[in-house]
Amino acid sequence: MELFFQQLTNGLAIGGIYALIALGYTMVYGVLKLINFAHGDLFTLGAYIGFTLLTSFSLVGKMGPLPTLALYGLLIMGLVGVAGIVLERVAYRPLRSADRLAAVVSALGASIVISNSIMLIYGARFQVYPHHLLPDITLNMFGMKVPFLRMLMLVLSIVLMAILYLFVQKTRIGTAIRAVAIDHGAARLMGIDVNRIISIVFFIGPALGGAAGFMVGLYYGQLNFMMGWLYGLKAFIAAVIGGIGNIPGAMLGGLLLGVIEALGAAYISIAWKDAIAFFVLIIILIVRPTGILGERVADKI
Amino acid sequence: MKKKNYAIALVCILFFLSPLVFNAYWVDVLNNIGIYAILALSLNFILGDTGLFHMGHAAFYAVGAYTTAILNTMYHIPVIWLIPFSGLTAAIFGYLVARPIIHLRGDYLLIVTIGIVEIVRIALVNNIFGITGGSNGIFGISRPHIFGLVIRRPEQFFYYIWIFVAVSVYLFHRLRNSRFGRALNYIKEDEVAAEGTGVNISRYKLIAFVLGAFWAGMVGNIYASKMTIISPESFTFWESVVLFCIVILGGSGSINGVILGSFLLIGLPEIFREFAQARMLIFGLAMIVMMIFRPQGILPPPPRKYRIPSIN
Repeated sequence: MELFFQQLTNGLAIGGIYALIALGYTMVYGVLKLINFAHGDLFTLGAYIGFTLLTSFSLVGKMGPLPTLALYGLLIMGLVGVAGIVLERVAYRPLRSADRLAAVVSALGASIVISNSIMLIYGARFQVYPHHLLPDITLNMFGMKVPFLRMLMLVLSIVLMAILYLFVQKTRIGTAIRAVAIDHGAARLMGIDVNRIISIVFFIGPALGGAAGFMVGLYYGQLNFMMGWLYGLKAFIAAVIGGIGNIPGAMLGGLLLGVIEALGAAYISIAWKDAIAFFVLIIILIVRPTGILGERVADKI
Repeated sequence: MKKKNYAIALVCILFFLSPLVFNAYWVDVLNNIGIYAILALSLNFILGDTGLFHMGHAAFYAVGAYTTAILNTMYHIPVIWLIPFSGLTAAIFGYLVARPIIHLRGDYLLIVTIGIVEIVRIALVNNIFGITGGSNGIFGISRPHIFGLVIRRPEQFFYYIWIFVAVSVYLFHRLRNSRFGRALNYIKEDEVAAEGTGVNISRYKLIAFVLGAFWAGMVGNIYASKMTIISPESFTFWESVVLFCIVILGGSGSINGVILGSFLLIGLPEIFREFAQARMLIFGLAMIVMMIFRPQGILPPPPRKYRIPSIN
């Protein structure tokens, strides 16, 4: 029972990360019908910018850990968001009218460029975040000991997702995003500047991914320029599980995939952990391709 | 037209004489180019001729190579006899994985094929069924024997591989211009219209997958006997990416384009070895730039010409 509960919280925490990255995939897909392969590398970029910030400046001593990390978090989100906008301008906008294969190849190329740029700048070896920034306490929940950091990660992910959900549902820009996701032409007729909305989406999605990267760096402590690839792929699987193009779906899919993976690693085998995610993908695509919360799509999948 | 054919024939003859001119290192580079060329031709059949987004080709390659390695090291069957058998196992594997996913649309098929190549790699590393040797791989694969001649040196492998390339080019060329190839082209251009005209798209797509897998399995055999050691590192997702790029950047659907793509993508990094660190970066940039400025590839396939019989 203890193992189950530990793995459940573990899975939820990592699922929160998957959900944040999956939100980036699903928003971009909803608006452009394109799978942004470079998204995982923007996640890595967030982690590495966090690394640079933490090792270059020593604000932690001056302001205390929590405000510093919050400030860095916001800074990272902004910078990675800007990187997302640049990515869209350079690699995707010229191919807006081309066929899908060209956009996919361009996305792959962008992914290779970003991850290798990170490698050239920071080196190919693993980098390590400074330790013990946040208190290393363990909470006592329902009689089990759970690390505080794990719960913090989960809570932060849920808070960010809630903010995004309210933004998309209640604000004008959010409504515009939903309109562009339905139909570009009709949105234009309603007076929406489609290019601007796409840029906004390419700011928000990567910003969330960058925040996820920072959190992963703080929790696991280790960085590698290829870490974004596996996270990105699993986050894409999470988005598909929930229904791609669907924002609550991405959140649900992420949490679900995290829990399935953690429980699978504990009860089946830890060596096959990554393969479990791909098996789940294949099953979902065979059984329910539109995803759990997906809308009925007219064209065949 | 005739002059062009003479020029091509001359280039081919000169090329087949190249082991006499180059030293062993460059002949080995040419061997590598040859292996990737055949792999890319088999991927071209799936991706370029049929339009299926397939990023898991390294999985079929791996199945063929490991079949050869296991059967050769455990039962000492000569490598040459295992060529069709590796192709067969890869084809069966291709059928099993493609059957449930063949109806998926482009982007989803792409991600699932990535998943397949990852599952295969993880299975190989985890020593599935206890015969794959884990992450160390399998060593001690014997060289091919043809009528008593052991193919061991790079020059001998050059002829072995490039004759295989020539045969592959011929066969794929004939396949492209056959009724089957025309059906695949129809599926690539407009799937819905093809199905409406009576082309059974699931069946043809599946056959395309299986044929491509069969060919990749045979190349796996050649690779295993050339290296005598294989390990899961040779069959990662990045191999699939390289093959995918060779097909797309060279010219998807075009045999000449694919061969040119192999020369460029495998040969150029060898020439620019000093920039080894930035190699992948330039690779990625080239992908983006090519897609913006020349998405059909360097040598796109020639448009299909059908001669209409004259009236009188």
